[in-house]
Amino acid sequence: MMASLKLEGLRKSFGATKVLHGIDLELASGEMLVIVGASGCGKSTLLRLVAGLEEPTAGRIVLDGRDVANLDPAERDIAMVFQNYALYPHMSVFDNMAYGLKIRRLSTAEIRKRVEEAADMLGLRPLLDRKPRQLSGGQRQRVAMGRAIVRHPKLFLFDEPLSNLDAKLRVTMRAEIKRLQRRMGVTSLYVTHDQVEAMTLGDRLLVLHQGVPVQLATPMEVFERPADIYVAGFIGAPAMNLLPARLAAGGTAAQLDAGPLVPFADGRRAGADGMKLTVGIRPEHVALVAEGGLALQVDLVEPLGSETVLIGRLPDGEMLSIKLAGAAPPEETVHVAIPPPNLHVFDAATGLRLEPRG
Amino acid sequence: MNRRIDWTAHIVLILGVALFVLPVWLVFAGATQDPGAIDRGELSLLPNLHGFGVFADVLGNGVAGATPVWRMLAVSFGMALAIAVGKIAISLLSAYAVTFFRFPLRMVCFWTIFITLMLPVEVRIIPTYAVMAGFGLINSFTGLTVPLIASATATLLFRQVFLAIPDELVEAARMDGAGPWRFFRDILLPVSAANVAALFVILFVYGWNQYLWPLLVATDPRLDTIVIGIVKMIGTDSAVPWNKVMATSVLALLPPIAVVLLMQRWFVKGLTEGDK
Ligand SMILES: Nc1ncnc2c1ncn2[C@@H]1O[C@H](COP(=O)(O)OP(=O)(O)O)[C@@H](O)[C@H]1O
Ligand SMILES: [Mg+2]
Repeated sequence: MMASLKLEGLRKSFGATKVLHGIDLELASGEMLVIVGASGCGKSTLLRLVAGLEEPTAGRIVLDGRDVANLDPAERDIAMVFQNYALYPHMSVFDNMAYGLKIRRLSTAEIRKRVEEAADMLGLRPLLDRKPRQLSGGQRQRVAMGRAIVRHPKLFLFDEPLSNLDAKLRVTMRAEIKRLQRRMGVTSLYVTHDQVEAMTLGDRLLVLHQGVPVQLATPMEVFERPADIYVAGFIGAPAMNLLPARLAAGGTAAQLDAGPLVPFADGRRAGADGMKLTVGIRPEHVALVAEGGLALQVDLVEPLGSETVLIGRLPDGEMLSIKLAGAAPPEETVHVAIPPPNLHVFDAATGLRLEPRG
Repeated sequence: MNRRIDWTAHIVLILGVALFVLPVWLVFAGATQDPGAIDRGELSLLPNLHGFGVFADVLGNGVAGATPVWRMLAVSFGMALAIAVGKIAISLLSAYAVTFFRFPLRMVCFWTIFITLMLPVEVRIIPTYAVMAGFGLINSFTGLTVPLIASATATLLFRQVFLAIPDELVEAARMDGAGPWRFFRDILLPVSAANVAALFVILFVYGWNQYLWPLLVATDPRLDTIVIGIVKMIGTDSAVPWNKVMATSVLALLPPIAVVLLMQRWFVKGLTEGDK
């Protein structure tokens, strides 16, 4: 079943605490949009508003052309997968999945058909008679998904569904969720604090920072052109290096506080020379040079197998991390250069990205 | 594994068991003996193998001039059952209301229930009697049970149980379309079954042991509970038929023991099947 979702000026306050500051969002039919942000930024609250578990302070929720903001959760035709699965502990896997359908008074034959269909999709066929406590974490997770799937809802909501799983299982389930969502074509809102999950799962990402939407774009766009310092630091691992600098040479270069003058490869930035900037460079883009450049005192070496992360200090005390393909050089001090093409330039005062002019 | 027997522990435990079992055994052995001998203090620790007929005798006929024991057992059983079931039903519902619903004066309701903890049956017995008399319920089964049903303790206990249920479970049920009644019946009750079973045992024994209120409100011998019955047997001025009193006491122990044994199984089953 295909449906579009539109949020208009959605706000939520708990008493005097403002949690969401106006979310506008449009999801195309069948789209998977991932909402990503640090813990406590209001992701769950946003999902709960859409689900109908909380009432919005202001704003509209339009599902398939109908404003559902005043409907009961059950009337919205939305299914949700909870972080701790929220399976009914006393019911078998079959009954867990069938419960919502029984309440909707579907025929026994139809219920059986839908549950078995979902169970086959999720590999739960042999487990239908088990109780949740007899299942592993990954299996419980599948049951929670099955409970959502059998409803054939207009919209799926996922609230950090993988955060209680171990790392390996998380990767498997991530791929599985993506495959299922594609196959069923159900419009989905997926919430996570894990940027890898966000990048791999989303058709588009919404980065949320303290209840304010800061960027809505495709994962690659968010990665390549982060809208502000927060997004730049949040998306990508290890995190982007952010170095203080000033605008120089008539807007064509950044004078790093650490020393070098780095010209902008993509054009001039507006602003007076001397304006405070934050210059971002991803660890994988920092280059090692034989000599010259910046001296980096290495504090920590993290070998990750196929690559190595070096974390060190520049002469002025700034932290800098580098991701290298292969093993780390043995020296305690290495020389690095900041190649101009991969620079991200932000206004230090507003935190916003500065694009080249013209 | 250490296969050596820990003698000290065994001896201490055996002594403990003996301490608890001895009085019961004395009563059991005494039931089979001659009332005159007991009166003289010649109570033997060995039961008289020819005296077991006394159990059937008191069960069917009781002591001379009194209600048969089977009838008093039935009254006690009915009363204890009504009190336990009634208390559980009322407490489940009131705990459900104060835990899961936002309504005006919710906390006032909660505290009102809470402070009645300070008013045990004995304190409010005269006004309660007056109310029952006003309703014409003296010497009725209703009058015997209803005033004992309201329970702040059980309400508070269920509230604690309900508070421990994760919000997400409640929300999952809401998204599945379960209304308040379905949620109560399909999720809340089964999930709390172990607590209900445990509380049932406690409340049944509480009801079974009631003495003061039945004494006041039910003067009609047809409503005599077993506890009242035993006291009445001792109270007669003629020679006390000790063997019959003891046989009745043994019989009076059996239903609570049966309930404990029966519910214990259920209770363990509930504990192992539902994890919250
Ligand atoms: N029912 C509530 N009452 C008061 N504050 C709440 C409530 N629910 C959430 N909050 C607050 O709203 C903020 C966002 O919470 P949440 O949406 O759960 O964050 P996230 O899911 O992104 O970690 C938090 O600061 C939290 O304390
Ligand atoms: Mg959350």
